[in-house]
Amino acid sequence: MNNKQPATTAAVSATGLRKSFGDTLVLDGIDLHVPAGTIFSLLGPNGAGKTTTIKILSTLIRADGGDAIVAGHDVTAQPDLVRAAIGVTGQLSAVDDLLTGQENLLLMADLNHLERREGRRRAAGLLGQFDLADVAGKPAATYSGGMRRKLDLAMTLIGRPRLIFLDEPTTGLDPRSRRGMWEIIRDLVAGGVTVFLTTQYLEEADQLADRIAVLDHGRLVAEGTPDELKRLVPGGRIRLQFTDASQLGRAARALGEASRDDEALTLEVPNDGSVAFLRTMLGRLDAESVGVAALSVDTPDLDDVFLTLTGHPDTTKDAWR
Amino acid sequence: MSTFSYAARDCATMLRRNLVHLMRYPAMAVSVLGLPVIMLLLFVYVLGGTLGAGLGAARGLSYIDYVAPGIIVLAVCSGAVSTAVSVNVDMTEGIINRFRTMAIARTSVLTGHVAGSVIQTVLSAVLVTGVAVAVGFRPTASPAGWAAAFGLVVLLAFATTWLSVALGLIAKSPATASNLPIPLFFLPFLGSTFVPPASMSAGVRWFAEYQPFTPIIDTLRGLLIGTPIGRDGVIAVAWCAGTALIGYLWARRVYNREGR
Repeated sequence: MNNKQPATTAAVSATGLRKSFGDTLVLDGIDLHVPAGTIFSLLGPNGAGKTTTIKILSTLIRADGGDAIVAGHDVTAQPDLVRAAIGVTGQLSAVDDLLTGQENLLLMADLNHLERREGRRRAAGLLGQFDLADVAGKPAATYSGGMRRKLDLAMTLIGRPRLIFLDEPTTGLDPRSRRGMWEIIRDLVAGGVTVFLTTQYLEEADQLADRIAVLDHGRLVAEGTPDELKRLVPGGRIRLQFTDASQLGRAARALGEASRDDEALTLEVPNDGSVAFLRTMLGRLDAESVGVAALSVDTPDLDDVFLTLTGHPDTTKDAWR
Repeated sequence: MSTFSYAARDCATMLRRNLVHLMRYPAMAVSVLGLPVIMLLLFVYVLGGTLGAGLGAARGLSYIDYVAPGIIVLAVCSGAVSTAVSVNVDMTEGIINRFRTMAIARTSVLTGHVAGSVIQTVLSAVLVTGVAVAVGFRPTASPAGWAAAFGLVVLLAFATTWLSVALGLIAKSPATASNLPIPLFFLPFLGSTFVPPASMSAGVRWFAEYQPFTPIIDTLRGLLIGTPIGRDGVIAVAWCAGTALIGYLWARRVYNREGR
């Protein structure tokens, strides 16, 4: 995509965003900073306020308080300038079911005020890029979930926005379509576009995002790179399984700091996840001639981060697996 | 291009979209057309004999000449249902949020619907007129009378369309949206569509004489078959213009309200 911005520019800069619907406080003063050309993920369970945040930043609704500068313009004072620079793919499918895939794209080309030939050219390009060329002449109502999502995104892209909001782009997709969507999102950013996405899937944020903000009950409870967030929780553990109690006892003496389970015949050794630590540990066990029946390494993942930060498990996960 | 020509282009784009919908999903248009045609046949072939006998002798009219203009108005009202439903379907699906986050003329979504619906409604009124002529309706209007009648139908379609756009916007679901305009369809029954208000009982007669559809139907009847119009013409135009204005302001207000 065109319109590359220097990496120092903020694509989104928001401070103190607040929003209530009736008596329900949905956003309780959140600050966001998204550098241009990066993927930013707002992660949180259902009802955390993710969609509301996207709606405010994409000029659909107004915040009750706070400021937001999106693509260099104030969302309240200059919504049309913001709209001209952004593309939004929401949770609800935003394709016209009665139109064909190609007609949907041409509709968007017209609404982006593209010249007719340029519109056709870009539509054909996107249909090819997203593997939709074969079904371009069929009504969108006949498309599968994954095809609809791709068409939806293609419709957002035809105006070549510099900043794209994706509200749960892979919810409801099968694993293969999800991976396809991830590839598309990565390609976009490689082309200089900024992506602001929400997800309730920890894995998705981990896979895609340069930075992640964790939203829970309308407040940001953490922000950072995926690695930074993982460091927020206690380190991982190495779990050693033994065949009898004497082996376990010798291993416990050799390793010192470890929690011992005499019934299960296991030892859990805290570690920093490094290979060096593992090598040293195995070296000590060898020196004592202790035989290990099984070994597993647990590194903290974003699930642990989520649990630590929000104090409740990620209840949405079952739907995902 | 200027802001204005962009706005015009956006409206044209939206109109084109609505016309494609009309052609892709003709079931709605057919049902809109079907009801007035059934009414016409019912009142001409089933009920018309008796009703005509009670009314015709004094006026020297055949019953179909009396009832056809009212049925044409009914056809216009019948279009309101499909307008409200199609607006509502648009608003309850994700595509409206896409339109709202694009730098396009904000009202183009609604004007696209209105222009498309007026075209559809006027076409169905013309078709109903054709059916009426086929079963014996014999208008005596001059070309100027036809033109005026056409103008009145367009104006009425414009008014009922803006009103039903507003109804489609306030409805929470397409099912509600299809119910809300029904009073619009029943009002002509309590007017001069099938029988003159003078033949009704006192309370109903009072309502029939002062409700908007009686002067509208009487004006259309006068233009097509030459019955006296009098002040009804002005009153009919005023009702249409007023309804259109209220519908427009209401629709705009609901549409611009955030966070549905």
